[in-house]
Amino acid sequence: MSCIRFHLNGKTVEESRARPSITLLDYLRVHLGLYGTKEGCAEGDCGACTVVIGDPGAPGGPVYRAVNSCLLLLGEAHGRHVITVEGLAEGEVLHPVQEALVRHGGSQCGYCTPGVVMSLFEAAHRADFDRPWKLADQISGNLCRCTGYGPIRDAAKEVAGCQPPDRYAVLLSDGPAGPGESFRYTGEGQEFVRPRRLEDLWDALDSDARCAVAGGTTDLVLDAKQPARTIGRLVSLSGIEELRGVEKGERRWSIGAMTPLAELEEAAEEGLPMLASMLRYFGSRQIKNLGTVGGNLCTASPVGDLAPCFLALGASVILASRGGRREISIDRFFTGYRETALQPREIVASVAVPVPRENEIGAAFKVCKRRELDIATVSAAFLIELGNEGKISGARIAFGGMAATPSRAPSVEATLLGSEPSSASFAAAAAAIDSDFEPIGDHRGSASYRGALARNLVLEFGDSIEMRGGEAK
Amino acid sequence: MRPTTPLHRPHPHESARLHVTGGALYVDELPEARNARIGLIVPAGVAHGRVVRIERSRAESAPGIDAVLLASDIPGEALIGPIAHDEPVLAGDEVRYAGQPIALIVGESLEACRDAAGLMRFEIEELPATLSIAAAIAEESFFGDPHIIRRGDVEAALESAQTRVEGELSTPAQDHFYLETQAALALPLEAGGWQIFSSSQNPTEVQQLVARTLGVGRHRVVCDVPRMGGAFGGKESQGALFACLAAIGAARIGRPVKLRLTRREDMAMTGPRHPFWSTYEAGFDRDGLIQAFKVATYADGGFSLDLSPAILSRALFHLDNSYYIPTLRFEGRICRTHKPSTTAFRGFGGPQGMAVIEDAINRFAERTGRDPTSVRVRNFYGEAPRDRAPYHQRIPEPRLSRIHSELSADAEVESRASEIAVFNAGSLHVKRALAFQPVKFGIAFTNRILNQAGALVHVYRDGTVQVNHGGTEMGQGLHTKMQVVCADELGIPLDNVRVMRTSTGKVPNTTPTAASSGSDLNGQAIADACAKLRARLGPVAAGMMGRACDEDLCFEGDRIATTDAERSVPFHEVAMQAWLERVSLSATGYYATPGISYDIEAGRGCPFFYFAYGGAFVEVALDGRTGRHRLLRVDILHDVGNSLVPSIDRGQIEGGFLQGVGWLTCEERIESPDGRVVTLGPSTYKIPAAGDAPRELRIRLLDRAGESRTIGGSKAVGEPPFMLALGVVTALRQAVAAFDGRTASEVELRLPATPESLLRAIETRAG
Ligand SMILES: Cc1cc2nc3c(=O)[nH]c(=O)nc-3n(C[C@H](O)[C@H](O)[C@H](O)COP(=O)(O)OP(=O)(O)OC[C@H]3O[C@@H](n4cnc5c(N)ncnc54)[C@H](O)[C@@H]3O)c2cc1C
Ligand code: FES
Ligand code: FES
Repeated sequence: MSCIRFHLNGKTVEESRARPSITLLDYLRVHLGLYGTKEGCAEGDCGACTVVIGDPGAPGGPVYRAVNSCLLLLGEAHGRHVITVEGLAEGEVLHPVQEALVRHGGSQCGYCTPGVVMSLFEAAHRADFDRPWKLADQISGNLCRCTGYGPIRDAAKEVAGCQPPDRYAVLLSDGPAGPGESFRYTGEGQEFVRPRRLEDLWDALDSDARCAVAGGTTDLVLDAKQPARTIGRLVSLSGIEELRGVEKGERRWSIGAMTPLAELEEAAEEGLPMLASMLRYFGSRQIKNLGTVGGNLCTASPVGDLAPCFLALGASVILASRGGRREISIDRFFTGYRETALQPREIVASVAVPVPRENEIGAAFKVCKRRELDIATVSAAFLIELGNEGKISGARIAFGGMAATPSRAPSVEATLLGSEPSSASFAAAAAAIDSDFEPIGDHRGSASYRGALARNLVLEFGDSIEMRGGEAK
Repeated sequence: MRPTTPLHRPHPHESARLHVTGGALYVDELPEARNARIGLIVPAGVAHGRVVRIERSRAESAPGIDAVLLASDIPGEALIGPIAHDEPVLAGDEVRYAGQPIALIVGESLEACRDAAGLMRFEIEELPATLSIAAAIAEESFFGDPHIIRRGDVEAALESAQTRVEGELSTPAQDHFYLETQAALALPLEAGGWQIFSSSQNPTEVQQLVARTLGVGRHRVVCDVPRMGGAFGGKESQGALFACLAAIGAARIGRPVKLRLTRREDMAMTGPRHPFWSTYEAGFDRDGLIQAFKVATYADGGFSLDLSPAILSRALFHLDNSYYIPTLRFEGRICRTHKPSTTAFRGFGGPQGMAVIEDAINRFAERTGRDPTSVRVRNFYGEAPRDRAPYHQRIPEPRLSRIHSELSADAEVESRASEIAVFNAGSLHVKRALAFQPVKFGIAFTNRILNQAGALVHVYRDGTVQVNHGGTEMGQGLHTKMQVVCADELGIPLDNVRVMRTSTGKVPNTTPTAASSGSDLNGQAIADACAKLRARLGPVAAGMMGRACDEDLCFEGDRIATTDAERSVPFHEVAMQAWLERVSLSATGYYATPGISYDIEAGRGCPFFYFAYGGAFVEVALDGRTGRHRLLRVDILHDVGNSLVPSIDRGQIEGGFLQGVGWLTCEERIESPDGRVVTLGPSTYKIPAAGDAPRELRIRLLDRAGESRTIGGSKAVGEPPFMLALGVVTALRQAVAAFDGRTASEVELRLPATPESLLRAIETRAG
């Protein structure tokens, strides 16, 4: 009989009965009676449930990642190293991040605090705080209704990158892609399968069971139409090493579908700044630690953030199935509202992204009600090519939030082609938005606001080019 | 200040170590809750309707289900409520808002309950629903009579005013979004007794309403509050319903039952801050002095009365904010609609009231091209006759001018204003603005009866102390302050004082922890108890030191000493000696705030004990392309009297300010046309995140500010800073106006000032 086995604060937990799709949060609280980890929303949007997991597969070696335990399936915890707020202090001695929060007055009601502690735990072990926004990003996923954040910010600043002694360090290299066979588990009639190799995936997918592919599960867990508990078999991609990672070719990057967004963000900083700037305001640190590139495309949300960038960059999507691989242009990947070109039993294996050439200029924008941790009202990505005469010789411009799928703006592109990169040209291009889109109104913004935003983002992009004097970088 | 007292010094929150280690327990997590069955509330799902039939038998026989309860299963009274008893514990014949609880399912797990809920069938005949203030006014659907406050002939004064400004203002609802959702646990005890644990600001009311719902005497019910994961007013009255539901479930199955709402349930079932709609006319003379102010305001009360009359009163009492108004007429009404009952929320109507006069001043300044800060300062309360509030209470020593001038210097206002002008001249698509916001906030419950508190202090023979008081801890640091007060009063170390969880069995007949008055009231009650203990311990100590038993002694540094400091004995030895001499080591304390009265018919009286003051300078940057803004720098100077614990007060100021920013800028509660809340979670309802906090925030507590009649000379701090956020609106309006440079024209900005609303304001002016 198989069981889910993982390290929790250094001790081994074994579970052989529970349904694999219950969230780690529910498992901690309801099954284990470990109440330190809080539930503030159960939808990934407040951070009260934040725990830390070890990620042995990160490019620079094993790292800790803060994640929302309300979005992590119990099955996914198998083989992992999980740390919760209870695992930090040693007796009466507080961990440095706890100590800093106490000293700065970082807790009032204390309900958000365990999540904040775990976000700061990741911060303490990160070594890449080279820009101030990274620290802001680190705590963007932890809502606090009491403190006004100042004390939390101060504590974060103090502990960021401090590399405190870590008594769990030896466990850090345990993870889903560790040694061994495919992992299979059944609990309360629900199956969880985590193959190690792509070849083993097809067998798992080929069954009759109502089956779902699990990426980072940040969407899957919340899917109202098909709640995770009603899925017969969950097939996790997280054990398949070849699906993860960013390969930076000179002309083209290959981005594995299972690359966590946080890893892509880091990679994109050098080479694809457009993508990096979009990822800065993608969800929160926790969401980016869990969510994957493939999941973001396959969920096919009209306001998915990566899609406009990939559309503007002219990416293609590599699909894989038992029959082999095929490559299709991202332009043909989204086929309708929340529909994609994926065939049954086919997965996205990677995304191929051409690196902008010297004479290409790109930028991406995302506007939402709240700057951080919010879904876009409208997002936009631009890539224009400047020809020999300094005229615009190529334009790929895409929007999210303007139509049922993330979409290119053909009239805007056509208006720009052949013209000077001047404010007059971008004004004309902005006016063409209305021929490309008839956006809808919803709680994120009215139709007219969306239209106005899209036009203004074209102007904004125009300005940014003017400021560079029309020179590609 | 005595050398060893913890008073007036910074301290971490008394539970901080527990918070950061995960050891702080909330209702859902108490050891007593471990074997409890789970309750799930089924909402009616229609805003207004007649209940025709409810089919529950399939749910009752579903696996893991103990019971399904309907209104007819309530053992005692079916109606509860804090003022009027007009809220059904479960909807009976009529449904009056979409989230209204109509059935309670009790089972072994939440999942089992959810499955069973899917098996229930409801036949509800939908009736026309009143879903807005406008609709309520049209249908004359109100609670009670209008509340009117007047002074002089307002029509004549408006007529003769040099400039007359008319306006209309809607202020939005706001969900409390306490991080811990509503929760309750009910344990049936032997002999018909009940232990209730509730995430409530008002355990006495929970005790009372549970007793009523169960049909038993209040002496059978004890309600404890361990701590709350935030409340902000949302658990002043509205926690009781869930405690009553847990209790009827537990009564039915004879086992403990616990309830903790999901975020969605909480946001659908409980009510937010009252939205207000106001129309006004304001008259100004040629110096920009307000001559007359006439306001008609309507609050959306939702389906039941809840605390609305008190909230409306406080709104009317704060229509003046910091400004003297010679002639006025304020009229307010509460609308009855088919929505969740709106309730207390930090400021309790005060913010909604102040927003109106701030809007009038903004429009006046915009229309006449005056500097809005000067208009505000000029209109401050001052010497007689400019020292009478609209309700005729005298405003003694308003600290407004002092706050303004000190803060202007702190915030380097002059140099920054010119920097901003230069920036704006050179920036096409981003504009900055700097605005000033003063706040005067009346402290006391406007309902006289509520201004009382009790405490119970036990000294143990080892000299350690337990303090019980009537206040509840929701994160505001009340327990920390009370621990400090007690340690100071007895002259013992902070570590030797333990603040116990609030219990109606320890301190009975308490009033809610609200109106920012928790430390004012309970601090005095604790001081009273400690005075009694000192009076008993003194003679014992004197005897031990061979002094006369009526000699004045000094309680200091864990010792009791003669005033000449010649002799002293350790506190714990005195405690032991007192016991040996059979002197009681336990005392109750009591406090009733003096001198509060208000005649609602006449609209006159002294509803407040004193006033708290504050001021803020707020600088914003607004992006004209997207409507997004940033708070660049905020300077706050706040009058908290002689702060009991400055670190706690700063936390209240910072947190309160940002919550106000949320109310005014990003929190948008959206309802469907049929009256359902659409924004049911943080994915759609956006409270401020870390990135929304001001880039730079400087907070200073006003010095030389001790208040004469309060505990330790301190002043209340929970609510007043919330309203400083109104300065963000003024600043944003100025930034909007800066885009076209036109002077003498008003800005049309809908609240909350979301990016969409701001972009529309900019575009409206552009034509
Ligand atoms: C709080 C919160 C904030 C968010 N913020 C943003 C945001 O700012 N911007 C944004 O765009 N999105 C956001 N999202 C949505 C979501 O996090 C992202 O879309 C994320 O990239 C999804 O990736 P995942 O790996 O978690 O997907 P999963 O949930 O694992 O999968 C999503 C869907 O895709 C399928 N799938 C996953 N991987 C593959 C694959 N390789 N091949 C085939 N099918 C696959 C799954 O079966 C599922 O149907 C947010 C979500 C939450 C909860
Ligand atoms: S509970 Fe809110 S993010 Fe998980
Ligand atoms: S301390 Fe209360 S929510 Fe953060």
